[in-house]
Amino acid sequence: MTIETFLLSIPMAIAAGLVGCFVVMRRMALAADALSHVALPGIGVALALHINPIFGAAAMLFFGALLVWAAEEKARVSTETIIGVLFSVALAVGSMMTSGEDLIEALFGNAGALSWPEICFSLAASGAVVAFVVTQRNRLVVMLVSPDVARTAGIDVQRLNLLYLATFALTIALGLRYLGVLLMGALIIIPAATAKRLARNLTAMLVVAVAIAVAATVAGTWLAHGLHGETGPLIVIVAAWCFLLSLLRR
Amino acid sequence: MDNTLEVDHLSVRFGDVEVLKDLSFQVAKGSSLAVIGPNGAGKTVLFRALIGAVPFDGTIRWMPGARIGYVPQKLDLERDVPITGMDFLRARARLTRTPDAHIAHALDLVGISRKVCEGMIGTLSGGQFQRLLIGFALLGDPSVLMLDEPTGGIDEPGQKRLNELIRRLQEERGLTVLFISHELSVVYQYATDVLCLGHRRACFGPPRKILTPDLLYEIYGAPVDYHVHDH
Repeated sequence: MTIETFLLSIPMAIAAGLVGCFVVMRRMALAADALSHVALPGIGVALALHINPIFGAAAMLFFGALLVWAAEEKARVSTETIIGVLFSVALAVGSMMTSGEDLIEALFGNAGALSWPEICFSLAASGAVVAFVVTQRNRLVVMLVSPDVARTAGIDVQRLNLLYLATFALTIALGLRYLGVLLMGALIIIPAATAKRLARNLTAMLVVAVAIAVAATVAGTWLAHGLHGETGPLIVIVAAWCFLLSLLRR
Repeated sequence: MDNTLEVDHLSVRFGDVEVLKDLSFQVAKGSSLAVIGPNGAGKTVLFRALIGAVPFDGTIRWMPGARIGYVPQKLDLERDVPITGMDFLRARARLTRTPDAHIAHALDLVGISRKVCEGMIGTLSGGQFQRLLIGFALLGDPSVLMLDEPTGGIDEPGQKRLNELIRRLQEERGLTVLFISHELSVVYQYATDVLCLGHRRACFGPPRKILTPDLLYEIYGAPVDYHVHDH
């Protein structure tokens, strides 16, 4: 892993920690995991067209987020149903379109050298995710407590929900390089789930989730370097240890 | 427009099920409308249609500039979500660009301490939570308060205090109040008009005209007793 790849993993972890808090509080942990699978067909198409896989993945993730939004808002179908059917199909189609080493990299990540377009994308996307959570935090809180109360408080709930899902998709796209399709959901969910157990107010939850996501990313990367192992699984194992330790607190 | 709300031929349908059919009523400015009826008659659906949360046919006209404070019946929120009452109120204050001092004033008005509000929302009692939601609504300086069973799940002294709080706020601020209730004695005592939703038909009028044994029997399908407080 190059130094710029390592440094760019930190804004990615910050974004994952922040978005993860609202994912966990909205009980969308399963969606975080499953939505990341949608990236796989996008990676397959991008590889076939000889373009950077992250852009194919990002396009498919936005499409997946749009489908979840449309299903919830328009068709009134539960998110779980959509996940159960569609995202499993995405994984099946994606694994057919990708093969060999490309498939392993897509599933578990490969934090090698980054191209300039990837560096620019990572910086812009991380900034966009952090800016969204910081500026929309109050609207997200009211919508979380009650979408109906949010409506009467002048919040465009449908639009905010779409933007939230798009931000969620962008966060997954950010981490695919490091953790892959199968593990990125874990970096969104585990630090936030740990913070939920430890925090007593929203600010504390956001701070703790970001701290754990960054610490797990840095420690996982360091361990991977020392043990000559894969970065993604070690980041997730460190995050999982933090969660297990949080269980000790009553 | 003399009325705060005018509803004409309102219908709400979910698939093949018509929950509300051809409802028409008006709510005068500063008055209280009680919505009553058996479970499943569409009371909450009516409220959600009025705030634009469900699609409907017909016409809903709010007085221009009406600001709605909505207090839902219950929330689907886990007990351990680390959002405190103060997080919730601060979010509202930031959105309406209201100074933090107004939060303290709203808490005084609804009779809930700051210390209680520092606790997580999921751990508040039913009465505390309803007061928090009313305080949240007051931060938006509402002209209309909509309450969906505000005293549901609250003990009797708590119900009395909450009903008195709503009346006091209505008088002091000239609010128009729409409330859903199963307590017919409270409806009789406080409502200017009653909208009674039945599975087959709905009726609208002053309490003395609507809360008659025959009409209630027809709507609820069983005899309904309630105690009238005469003052």
